[in-house]
Amino acid sequence: MPEQLAFAMEVFLNGLMAGVLYALVALGFVLIYKASGIFNFAQGVMALFAAMTLVGIQNGQVPFAHLINAIFGTHVHTFGWNVPSVFALIFTVGVMILLAWAVQRFVFRHLVGQEPIILFMATIGLAYFLEGFADLMWNSEIKKLDFCMTANTCLPQGINIAIDEFTFNAFGYGFFIDNLDITATIVAIILVIALVAFSQYTKQGRAMRAVADDHQAALSVGISLNFIWVLVWSLAGFVALVAGIMWGAKSGVQFSLSLIALKALPVLMLGGFTSIPGAIVGGLIIGVGEKLFEFWVGPLVGGATENWFAYVLALVFLVFRPQGLFGEKIIERV
Amino acid sequence: MFYREAGDFKTTYSADNQTFPIKIDRVGYYVALVVAFLIIPFMINDYWANAILLPFLIYSIAAIGLNILVGYCGQVSLGTGGFMAVGAYACYKLMTAFPEVNIFFHVILSGGVTALVCILFGLPSLRIKGFYLAVATLAAQFFLVWLFNRVPWFYNYSASGQINAPERTVFGVPVTGPNTEAWATYLFCLVFLVICALVARNLTRGMAGRKWMAIRDMDIAAEIIGVNPLKAKLTAFGVSGFFIGISGALFFALYLGAVEVGEAFGINKSFLVLFMIIIGGLGSIFGSFAGAAFLVLLPVVLKVVGVDMFGWPTDIVAHLQLVIVGGLIVMFLILEPHGLAQLWRVAKQKLRLWPFPH
Repeated sequence: MPEQLAFAMEVFLNGLMAGVLYALVALGFVLIYKASGIFNFAQGVMALFAAMTLVGIQNGQVPFAHLINAIFGTHVHTFGWNVPSVFALIFTVGVMILLAWAVQRFVFRHLVGQEPIILFMATIGLAYFLEGFADLMWNSEIKKLDFCMTANTCLPQGINIAIDEFTFNAFGYGFFIDNLDITATIVAIILVIALVAFSQYTKQGRAMRAVADDHQAALSVGISLNFIWVLVWSLAGFVALVAGIMWGAKSGVQFSLSLIALKALPVLMLGGFTSIPGAIVGGLIIGVGEKLFEFWVGPLVGGATENWFAYVLALVFLVFRPQGLFGEKIIERV
Repeated sequence: MFYREAGDFKTTYSADNQTFPIKIDRVGYYVALVVAFLIIPFMINDYWANAILLPFLIYSIAAIGLNILVGYCGQVSLGTGGFMAVGAYACYKLMTAFPEVNIFFHVILSGGVTALVCILFGLPSLRIKGFYLAVATLAAQFFLVWLFNRVPWFYNYSASGQINAPERTVFGVPVTGPNTEAWATYLFCLVFLVICALVARNLTRGMAGRKWMAIRDMDIAAEIIGVNPLKAKLTAFGVSGFFIGISGALFFALYLGAVEVGEAFGINKSFLVLFMIIIGGLGSIFGSFAGAAFLVLLPVVLKVVGVDMFGWPTDIVAHLQLVIVGGLIVMFLILEPHGLAQLWRVAKQKLRLWPFPH
């Protein structure tokens, strides 16, 4: 097998893995968009907030330590204990549910019936607010995220030896595939199956889909819109938490984590805002596309094409199919 | 008591159609102009110019440009930073290629170049709408910043990859470069702002503005009554790009002097200008000014209060600023989706009846 092809295959596989991570973020967008028509720009910051909260609880940081110190002249930083990851995870889920409730209660309940674009801008404001809030709460330095279910079973990191050896024997060239990416892929698949099962087979899930179809009709058959919206924001918060853990373990918990939202946007455009399979397929296309483009065309034009390739791809694509791959057909009426 | 139109009789059509039909508004407008042109230049110092006045003037131009696109024509754009970068780099290339031409024309021309680029990226707006378009304009943002970073021709193959404004003069007074004086740069920007605001105000009152607003309110209905969506949308993109390009050129040449594109014209700039028009008021020229003033002043005020008065560390104040800006945006959207401009309108309406409201 020629070496160039082996390289390309390795790039392709890594692109698939990256695509899964993009899809993970995009899923959070789709959930909220389907149920409430809100295009939640704050999804990436929610992932950052979730990851910071998780690390903060794990390390026993005092929330708002900096602010308290600045106001009262004290010197508190940590409680001096370490919380096991599992409990920290449960706490963080609780915080995300609280956040979902607060967002619903204090922001979007007041904006019901506004134009979609106003709601979108509100989520941009929310993103700024949350970012500042997370920094104030847990301070903004880069943190390392170690997530261990028990003392020995942590999130695996580094090269996967088995694949390396297998491909070396088969093609004479060992592929570099990160263990973390493989884990992320498995987690993402489980998450998607769980979400689909939830929305298809449970009572709350069906209520959620009813709300997505038609708010007023859902309200008239006795579904509580408030409850469903809090539920949806909590689910999105949970997805954000998972995405935050995966990305945080990969590159540290820091501000740039929130930029993954920007990576997820072209995925959404490609897949359509309303489709869960669309988010997955779109994520894979973008992940593979940008890695292969960088591999073949990048060196010719000076590199770092990953910043914009996804957007331009999605843009070109949209010109031919304005509702995305799996989006609902856009019908316009006067 | 003083603020009312009663007794102010108009005898010609042009008097009836003027921008400020109420006398006290008109007087206020001329007073503001006199203060801006004849009083501030004598009182200005470097701190005031660099911290408040120049950013306010330049962001106002950008906000007017974006407001035409988003507020009047309803096409949400997140590519403002990229388009400002086009203006800056066009200005730089023109300044270095034609040093003998007055910088005034360079700035205008860079506005023109930006308009063309903006129209190019506006083409997809004919097919895609709403959020899809907002995200599509991000393509412009990322692609343009990458382009200016990676193609050496744009920064004249300089080793640092930065662009530096060479010294240029207007009537013998330097306005760019290291030897400028505060009043000169201030006046230069002010002239552009006044021209831009006049043009924008009159465009939005006329045929073009009405077409944009028709497209914004319901594009299909507008199409049926005979508004050509291609022309209306692309002119909005073009005019908006022209203003944004001018502001980008001024931002680079007069305000910063040296620019690293990813830092000065990144995605945050796009959001900043968008926030200005949301807080100021979508679809209002006055709102563009108010929003720009608000978001330029807010960090300065927070810094003065937080760092200088309370002695807090700067990072906490920076984070607080994010919280406050984000919170304010949400609050404005909930309480008054039409922004400061609407508050101003309501206040004026109340003033007209004062002191005898119904």
